[in-house]
Amino acid sequence: MRKIAALAFAVALLSATALTFGAAAGEAEGEKTLPGADWRDWHAGNEVASLPSLQRGARNFMAYCAGCHSLKYLRYSRMANDLKISETQLADYLIQPGDDKNKYIIASLAPTDGEAWFGRTPPDLSLIARAKGPDYVYKFLKTFYSEPKALTGVNNLALPSTAMPHVLSELQGVQSAVFKTGKNKGELEFAGFEAGVVGRLSAADYDAFVRDTVNFLAYVGEPSQLYRQSLGVWVVLFLLAFTGIAFKLKQEYWKDVK
Amino acid sequence: MAAAASNTVTKLNKSGFRAWLNKRLPVDEFVSSQLTGYLAPKNFNVWYFFGSLALVVFVMQLISGIFLTMHYKVGEATAFDSVEYIMREVDFGWLIRYLHSTGASFFFIFVYLHMFRAMMYGSYRGPRELLWLIGMLVYLALMAEGFFGYVLPWGNMSFWGAQVIVNLFGTVPVIGPDLVEWIRGDYAIADATLNRFFALHVVAVPFALALLIMLHLVALRQTGSNNPDGIEIKDKLGADGKPLDGISFHPYYTVKDVVGVGVFLILFCIVVFFVPTFNGLFLEGPNFEPANPTSTPEHIAPAWYFTPFYAILRAVPDQRLGALLMFLAIAVFFFLPWLDRSPVKSIRYKGVLSRFFLGLFALSFLALMFLGLQPAEGLYVVLARIFTVCYFAFFVLMPWYTRAETTQPVPERVTYHA
Repeated sequence: MRKIAALAFAVALLSATALTFGAAAGEAEGEKTLPGADWRDWHAGNEVASLPSLQRGARNFMAYCAGCHSLKYLRYSRMANDLKISETQLADYLIQPGDDKNKYIIASLAPTDGEAWFGRTPPDLSLIARAKGPDYVYKFLKTFYSEPKALTGVNNLALPSTAMPHVLSELQGVQSAVFKTGKNKGELEFAGFEAGVVGRLSAADYDAFVRDTVNFLAYVGEPSQLYRQSLGVWVVLFLLAFTGIAFKLKQEYWKDVK
Repeated sequence: MAAAASNTVTKLNKSGFRAWLNKRLPVDEFVSSQLTGYLAPKNFNVWYFFGSLALVVFVMQLISGIFLTMHYKVGEATAFDSVEYIMREVDFGWLIRYLHSTGASFFFIFVYLHMFRAMMYGSYRGPRELLWLIGMLVYLALMAEGFFGYVLPWGNMSFWGAQVIVNLFGTVPVIGPDLVEWIRGDYAIADATLNRFFALHVVAVPFALALLIMLHLVALRQTGSNNPDGIEIKDKLGADGKPLDGISFHPYYTVKDVVGVGVFLILFCIVVFFVPTFNGLFLEGPNFEPANPTSTPEHIAPAWYFTPFYAILRAVPDQRLGALLMFLAIAVFFFLPWLDRSPVKSIRYKGVLSRFFLGLFALSFLALMFLGLQPAEGLYVVLARIFTVCYFAFFVLMPWYTRAETTQPVPERVTYHA
């Protein structure tokens, strides 16, 4: 019977993998090699265990994002504590003017102003990396492109018609997108990016900047995750020892059963 | 000296606290009739761990649930924030929440494996029909509990999942729309709905579960456990009138179950501490966004443990018929004891047809589980239809194939290798 169950499980797994690959193979075709054509496959590749990256990410966030986006579930003090940021650094560089270190990180932009200026209140980003995944945030921050018709002058591949202006354009510059007529008649398909207005950072430096920022947001999504993992190692080690002893005890008792 | 000491012990037993206690509460009698004196077949294999493991998870859910309730704030304005408060500000709140959310999934894993065990070894057959039926009621209560609990964090998937599942009741002829409104307590899934689901999740269903689980255990003690050979150990009694192949539940199976609990806790804690969202299966991404009636998640799928039935629902083009079929997919389990006409209970001695159909059923169940998580389009729908047919074939054809096949003779005594 065990064989049947195992076989059934294997077949289910096989069919599942076949389906996944079958679906992926459909979109993989493409002859163009412009940079960014493969943006759907990009990965943030962030490392929440890297403290320097998180510190840089916190700096990036407070400098470029916190004006409009809140982290309403995170206190400044918790952030400083988790990321080993000193009180003076926190006060000098990170806390927004007039804020208390024990308060939650709330955007300076009033929600009503956001609604009036952008058409919607900029969303709170406490959980964005958990809800959409770090890869999504990474793609979003890297796929702004010039679109003169848009109110903000830019559009985005990860979130088409986003209300958000390209806040990081001074760093990245503004790239242009190339579209080609796709297989479906009349439908335009994204083919890649072309250099446009040049920014302050090289492509590699901008990439690192975005990775750090995404990494920070991944931390914000679940501030206890590093402690969770370090505690987990001890818990599992204890359970291994416990189970070993329990097994020996079971063997001892079951010697009588013939 | 030694004699004096043992004398004291005996005296204590006869007239000490224990005697005092037993006069007023039958502790010793309970232990000897339910634990040390309850004789279970000695040939249980690994499939027999899942009943006790499900019980352990139930207790874990009760305890972690109590602590969650201390900090959770029911209400559409406060629920989501309070869950994040638990995750971030309550000491070890993240642990309590992950224990509870992971526990929910493990509860279903164990109950499914426990049910499959019963299906393999014919544990639902006479004289254990009622044991099976009570177990099915436990499963129904568990589904309700899982659904209500899923709504409480008030994330966007909670909201839309509730929307889809509650709307299923709208397919009931005549009273459908009124029924849906009655369940919701409002014209939409809203604050009133959340409040009543909280009451049901925290008070009503746990009470029902505790009662049903107790009845399940009482019924089990009455008939005695089945075993992988599907024969009755009570048929072969020794000179002392006790089953030859029975061993005391305590200490033999308690000490064995502790090993099972250890292995379970290792796997469980690996999930809790290292992959608590289990790649979006145990905690879904969209549920980290607050409930939003104006923004539908890309794919609405219920939690993984409901997706086999969800796949059946979506496999049928007509919604009312789909809902009916989904209901039948669960209800048909109740008839299992009377669908099986085989002269033997265990799959070990059943014929090739039974083996084939049970394998097909397991495959269909897993495939439907996978398909229920995918968008309902193209090949997925076709496959869901095929596997829905296979799923029902196991039950509908059972009276035929259990009679038509050649079975093997069952052994005199249980198969056990020390």
